[in-house]
Amino acid sequence: MNPFSFTRPTTVPDALRAVVRPGGRFLAGGTNLIDLMKENVERPSALVDINRLGLDAIEDLPGGGLRLGALATNADTARDARVAKRYPLLASAILAGASPQLRNAATNGGNLNQRTRCYYFYDNTTACNKRNPGTGCGAIGGVNRIHAILGASASCIATHPSDMCVALAVLNATIRVTGPQGEREIPFGEYHRLPGDTPQRDNTLHPGELVTAIDLPAEDFSAHHTYLKLRDRLSYAFALVSVAVALRMEGDRIAEARIALGGVAHKPWRVPDAEQALAGQPASAESFARAADLLLRGAQGQGHNDFKIGLAHRAIRRALRQAAAGTPQSQTDKRVA
Amino acid sequence: MPEAVPPAPAAILAAMPITLTINGRERRLSVEPWVTLLDLLREREDLTGTKKGCDHGQCGACTVLVDGRRINSCLKLAVSLDGASITTIEGLADGSRLDPLQQAFMDHDAFQCGYCTPGQICSAKGLLNENQAPTRQEVQELMSGNLCRCGAYTNIVDAIMEVLEARGEARAASAEAAR
Repeated sequence: MNPFSFTRPTTVPDALRAVVRPGGRFLAGGTNLIDLMKENVERPSALVDINRLGLDAIEDLPGGGLRLGALATNADTARDARVAKRYPLLASAILAGASPQLRNAATNGGNLNQRTRCYYFYDNTTACNKRNPGTGCGAIGGVNRIHAILGASASCIATHPSDMCVALAVLNATIRVTGPQGEREIPFGEYHRLPGDTPQRDNTLHPGELVTAIDLPAEDFSAHHTYLKLRDRLSYAFALVSVAVALRMEGDRIAEARIALGGVAHKPWRVPDAEQALAGQPASAESFARAADLLLRGAQGQGHNDFKIGLAHRAIRRALRQAAAGTPQSQTDKRVA
Repeated sequence: MPEAVPPAPAAILAAMPITLTINGRERRLSVEPWVTLLDLLREREDLTGTKKGCDHGQCGACTVLVDGRRINSCLKLAVSLDGASITTIEGLADGSRLDPLQQAFMDHDAFQCGYCTPGQICSAKGLLNENQAPTRQEVQELMSGNLCRCGAYTNIVDAIMEVLEARGEARAASAEAAR
């Protein structure tokens, strides 16, 4: 790890001032940043520890929503009684990710901002446009079993590794940030971005901006939801494909459908056409297959990850069945619900 | 990524004063910012029970308790924990009386080479503190952050279940269907 300076401000304005020096970075739980610093992928010259800013509360919002502090841990968020009752999809997605030790340290803001686990991004000896813009992409034509099938570019085929974010996408969360230009809100779908020809940018944060909270709207999908995560082993592995589904049912018909995919793109993947195609339809194998077709429109494998297209199609259909039936996937009992 | 602008030497050479309570003893320490809790424990406090396995948060061998919660000590900077209370494997026994988990691991032969064992036991201690895993299946899932390449998993779960049963907190697997 390269040497760096370290400060531990206790107010947000102090933190914003401290991070502006060249090479300055915020430190939250550290589970991804410290690891990347050990690999010399991240080389900050100044760390600003934001753990004592008082941003770790989970609070009810007027109108029935919930505000998740950016510095609340993933474990505290998943185990919060309000999250478990009103947003079980989010609790389930968090508990599908990482390990208990990591969830005890990792924060909500850090989960949003974690970097890809692409092997080439982590390996300083290889080409990577995300790590070193302009050097090329080792994964294209390389070993790419875990890589993107949707939204990739000629510069980058990395995926966003989060489980939590797949649920936040479906829940239409809002990211609250503050920075040198003041506070602003970013709709979840506009927070992460596709790689294009600037894959070094994972999200739309401006330099020096700090995530302060994640707001969840009041809508209640607790009756019909699921988070289905498929990976190479049953626990403690990143998703090859994951699916978050939230449905509003009226009798046997779907009134509203929301679906997001994880593990397949540079951001949680939603397709409005696929969701609209389910509205007003019966919960049937035909309507689910049609939605899967639309979600995966344009999907392209890179060789080793071609299997993800078929896997995703089956996972989408299974997740829709689970959500419609009100039998969400348990993150403990991995059998088909 | 371009090479970061190096900070002024005075800024990077300064060790910082921190206070940690380690296994019940208050320790006033001077620590460079880039020292992880794991390296502090092993290299400066001579508490070598906590193991360095992967050093990347993937194996769980470095698991310790911070204010009663299990974390990977390899991914935590010691300076960020100023004021915290740390419990390592060396702090679990009460004098010569072993922690019930330590005794259960011995009784159930829950290790072979022993390298992962301190992390397994500290993780199990954190699991008990969390009070979220009354069934065997839940114990398996919530111990997944600790790898054992000898493959003692079955006996590890047996040991933890025995402690849960002794505390009256275990539940039969059949109750899981209701969850």
